[in-house]
Amino acid sequence: MIWIDTIIQGILLGGLYALFAAGLSLVFGIMRLVNLAHGDLIVLGAFLILVLVTALGLNPFLATLVAIPLMFALGWGLQLVILNRTLGDDILPPLLVTFGLSIVIQNGLLEGFSADSQRISAGALETASIPLGPVTVGVMPLLTFLSALAVIVALNQLFYRTSLGRAFRATSDDPVTAGLMGIEPNRIFAVATGIAFVVVTIAALYLGTRANFDPTIGPARLIYAFEAVIIGGLGSLWGTLAGGIIIGVAQTVGAAINPEWQILAGHVAFLVVLAVRPRGLFPKGL
Amino acid sequence: MPILSLSDVSKSFGALQVARAISFDLEKGEALGIIGPNGAGKSTLFNLITGNLQVDAGRIHFEGRDITRVPAEKRCLMGFGRSFQIPQPFEKLTVFENLVVAGAFGSNLPENQVTGLCAEILVECGLIDRANDPAGSLTLLQRKRLELARSLATSPKVLLLDEIAGGLTEAECHALVETIRAIHARGVSIIWIEHVLHALNSVVSRLLVLDFGKVIGLGEPGEIMASREVREIYLGIEI
Repeated sequence: MIWIDTIIQGILLGGLYALFAAGLSLVFGIMRLVNLAHGDLIVLGAFLILVLVTALGLNPFLATLVAIPLMFALGWGLQLVILNRTLGDDILPPLLVTFGLSIVIQNGLLEGFSADSQRISAGALETASIPLGPVTVGVMPLLTFLSALAVIVALNQLFYRTSLGRAFRATSDDPVTAGLMGIEPNRIFAVATGIAFVVVTIAALYLGTRANFDPTIGPARLIYAFEAVIIGGLGSLWGTLAGGIIIGVAQTVGAAINPEWQILAGHVAFLVVLAVRPRGLFPKGL
Repeated sequence: MPILSLSDVSKSFGALQVARAISFDLEKGEALGIIGPNGAGKSTLFNLITGNLQVDAGRIHFEGRDITRVPAEKRCLMGFGRSFQIPQPFEKLTVFENLVVAGAFGSNLPENQVTGLCAEILVECGLIDRANDPAGSLTLLQRKRLELARSLATSPKVLLLDEIAGGLTEAECHALVETIRAIHARGVSIIWIEHVLHALNSVVSRLLVLDFGKVIGLGEPGEIMASREVREIYLGIEI
């Protein structure tokens, strides 16, 4: 029974990692841009939600709804003004620029909020739980997982059922030819990053309500996100969810054996997948 | 007024001059053929017309408007369609999606208003039975047809065809020529780069000959093919 419980907790934790990873996967899939500031952007989103909660007295979920358009605009502008200039045949400029952005965000947050660790309070929901068959699961972890599912379903619908999604896929395939079809790749990329920032904001809500955060924890979240994307296979959103779940389960099982093994077990699971299936479990193009 | 007019268009890559003061007019509804040896600058000329490359000097006018500095995606919206010499389908999209993307973004219409047109084009280009297959799974002939179909989906006024008949069998080539004739008959102006001369000459009314980025002949196909300079340079015949 304790094992079933451990695995279910791991799966739910995997939802959080999938949320961390979905935005990264989206941006990489469409414009081959590896965003090293992704973890810091999640932390930035968490601070934005925190400010909205404390300054306006909003409920965290409502504050997230307010933060989403702000973050979309930030992502859209960032892509249009800065990141589009780094894209090209050379993969180094986007890495350097997003690495710099990561430093800027961390130090900006340290300046503004100090190094104290913070938390977004979700009130009674934090401790609420519901019985689910033989085990009892927390409402927040369950909401996290369901949100991850909803985000991935929504992104898949967007990609395969809408005009914008087809433009994403066409541009991802060949930006020059897409331009000849009347698509402006730079604008398409800006919208894609805006959408990735919406996912980042949703991830930020659950990051901030689940545990304490401070301005410097972004890179550690980035690692989980990378691992989830690579386990799942580049370009597959369902694969990213599977990758998140594998890391989540490995971590909770590791922790159940010995609390010191939690983080290590996640990384070991990643290395095993990398050794056995270097292209990930479900590789495909976006 | 010509629909497309180039005056003294020049382009260099470093010391290599790939377009030297090229000037010509394309009349509305006309079909113009472009021939010339490999490396003459034919595909580059298309890149200059579609805006994938910027001219170093000279002007390009479309329907009387100066488009020299207009970017490629805007030129597509104005009415340029282009098929590539080496087919460049969006391989992971289905054949139908390739057309829908081109139709929706190339004419600034919502998708549901272009799906009918896209289906008609697929029928016309003989691709309707492959509509839901990924474009990456098509054969060479089908890819060439998809190039043509996708450029048609943007509702072009001027269609630029780059060696679309190259590498096809005689029968395939004949069928493709029939499709292009039908498109031309609807009033679409065409510029066609082609080495398969009998295919080209059955559609175009004028030929332009390029060599080393320079126009060395422009006129009736019969007259051009008979000229000594063209026969020497293009056909490699010593006279």
